Amino acid sequence: MTKVSTVPRPNSLVSILAGAALLLAALAVGVITVSQVAQGPADSSLNVLRRWCPFILQGFMLNILMSVIAMILATISGVVLGFMQISHLAIVRQPARFVTHVFRNSPWLVILFAIMLMVPFEITLPYFGLVMIPGWVKATIGFTLPVMANIAEILRGAVASIPTGQWESAESLAFSRMQTMRHVILPQCVRRMLPSWMNWFALLTLMTPIAAILGVNEALGNTQAAMEAAGSSPDLLIPFYLFLMCIFFIFIYPVSVWTKRLERRFSTT
Amino acid sequence: MSTEYAVSWSPDQPIIDIRGLHKSFGSFEVLKGIDLSVHQGEVICIIGPSGSGKSTLIRTINGLTPINKGEIFVEGQLITGPKVDKLALRRKVGMVFQQYNLFPHRTVLDNVMMAPRLVLKEPKAEVRERARALLAKVRLAEKEDHFPGELSGGQQQRVAIARSLCMRPDMMLFDEVTAALDPETVKEVLNTIKELATEGMTCVLVTHEMGFAREIADRVIFTDGGRIVEMGPPAQIFSDPQDTRTKEFLSQVL
Amino acid sequence: MFEFIAPLFLALQKATGLNFSPFYNEYDFSRLMTGVQTSLLLIVCVLIVSLIVGLLGAAAQRSQFRVLRFLVAAYIAMFRNTPPVVQLLFFYFGLGALTPQVDMGGWYEPMISSFGWAVIALGIFGGSYNVEIFRAGIEAVPGTTLEASEALAFSPVQTFIHVTMPLALRFSLPALASNLISLAKTTSIAYVIAVPEMTYALSGVWNDSLNVGEMMMLLFIYYISVVAVIGAIMGRLEKRLAVPGLGK
Repeated sequence: MTKVSTVPRPNSLVSILAGAALLLAALAVGVITVSQVAQGPADSSLNVLRRWCPFILQGFMLNILMSVIAMILATISGVVLGFMQISHLAIVRQPARFVTHVFRNSPWLVILFAIMLMVPFEITLPYFGLVMIPGWVKATIGFTLPVMANIAEILRGAVASIPTGQWESAESLAFSRMQTMRHVILPQCVRRMLPSWMNWFALLTLMTPIAAILGVNEALGNTQAAMEAAGSSPDLLIPFYLFLMCIFFIFIYPVSVWTKRLERRFSTT
Repeated sequence: MSTEYAVSWSPDQPIIDIRGLHKSFGSFEVLKGIDLSVHQGEVICIIGPSGSGKSTLIRTINGLTPINKGEIFVEGQLITGPKVDKLALRRKVGMVFQQYNLFPHRTVLDNVMMAPRLVLKEPKAEVRERARALLAKVRLAEKEDHFPGELSGGQQQRVAIARSLCMRPDMMLFDEVTAALDPETVKEVLNTIKELATEGMTCVLVTHEMGFAREIADRVIFTDGGRIVEMGPPAQIFSDPQDTRTKEFLSQVL
Repeated sequence: MFEFIAPLFLALQKATGLNFSPFYNEYDFSRLMTGVQTSLLLIVCVLIVSLIVGLLGAAAQRSQFRVLRFLVAAYIAMFRNTPPVVQLLFFYFGLGALTPQVDMGGWYEPMISSFGWAVIALGIFGGSYNVEIFRAGIEAVPGTTLEASEALAFSPVQTFIHVTMPLALRFSLPALASNLISLAKTTSIAYVIAVPEMTYALSGVWNDSLNVGEMMMLLFIYYISVVAVIGAIMGRLEKRLAVPGLGK
């Protein structure tokens, strides 16, 4: 008998263990392979890794900081941009649509380059005088832009998915457009937007290592610096990069499991 | 009529023979011992309250639902063993569902032609001619290049009937085929089935259309709680039911 | 053609200061062309690999062997929850260090170039998303339609080829289009292993000629155009396959 989708899906706990087990296994294999291939320096790769762990984790804190700040900024600006996109005034709507289109369809790296290279590294503010803008701040702005555009798009889609009956009944009760938005439409939108919003947070965090290309000292930058400081031995490559992937995995996987759960709960099929 | 199986069967024997059929879904027993013999050319209508096991019963006849205990013989061949050739069975037994289930990505003509071409490997020209004749028979010849999404429910159901008929089955099963249709389109489907019955096709129908059952059935079977409660010609069942449960059910639906 | 546009852009620079050096400078022009060719080739290869991986993974997910299903689930979990940049570096530097060197008659070159590793790493990354997309498409095929084909004596293989797959493909298309577009944009991170695609090539130009703003504009125009083309192709495909009444 043909079965469609009765293939049982591993539940989330099993998947967490599966993923973690696989990564640890890969780490072990990598280390063993490498130690068999290379001539074996006095210090084993694992020891070197252990020494540099705190340094790499420190960099990871910067990744998280960047992604949290970027997410907050992107949410605020994205909601504003989203509203501008559905405005009745063409003069507000068209530029908003253009901005959204540009930042949604450009690669993150290109946007990052643009911000990093074209925003000055120090500006003169009226009250504070000369202010240095550190690299990671510019990177955070660079990460905010594509997420902002995507949140604007999510908002637009969520508003469009609200049945017209809601608008009509609010109108017949003499609600103004603003009131309808605030009391009827938006509360219903938030539920629909939440899983996508969380998904973008995960995606954003996974893109923050790109900042290393532009010299920001976050987890990836620190990993590469650590390997250099430890002598640039090729034995270190696999364990160090695997470790870096592990820490991202441990942080992001729960977020993505939670997102899936929310999706299932809020699905409107 | 197909003659591809070893056991010899003659038309005086039952075409469908069900003995001691039991079926459970988990711990819930849906069919609690069914015995039924259908002869070639007979039209059987199964009526009864929902949950009485009517749909489950006819789905066992073409092997869609496996059984727990008992035996089913189709044209003399046991179809409930572990080694049954389901594909051969389904070439003999056609089935039409409540939800028509046409293939939405193919035209009406393709839907009717697909099974004989792919399963029976019959040549294209021959199948196309037969398909067109069947579509004409169900009065949908002009829709042959349309897609199912463009047809009404009643039209789709008639295409579904034509699709099953194109396999030239020896008997047809109908599982509440008019339940999902609006009243105007129910009649056109029932007329199609009536024509089939008059032409001598063995039909087993699960239906709520009591008037229709009274009109075309040779025998009406009333099921309740997984058992056959009463069985007989329509005149007897509808005008003079013996069992209290039959009387109660009929008083609610008629 | 180059000879025609060169004086235009030189004049533009003299008049406005806007320096589009790839259009009047031969060397920069060649860098631009290399960038475009490499980038387009990279995008095509990555998309194809990701589709193949996606199809194989979706098939493996439906297998009866628990080990295979477990492996696919672990693969998806791993590649969707780790940064693509790090995956790329891991493949190129980590696994690349393990691949043998090929004797080119006097000097040794790694068996798989940076371009190759970019295709492998990004293809596997994109494939992990495609597996989920194809799975959702297959699950969207109504069970009742499959039952009907079973009742018509279709074998399981015939049902899969003639009923499940055509419908699953149509259901997957919107999500697939969006993922392929996203993947095409992500190819720009091949910069980090020095694949001479568009971003890398133009960054070389602006490092030499200091025309960051103008080159940025070119980059944006390029990627937005590529995205538009892929979107148009997928849109046409969707229209071609569309059947009246399906997918409301």
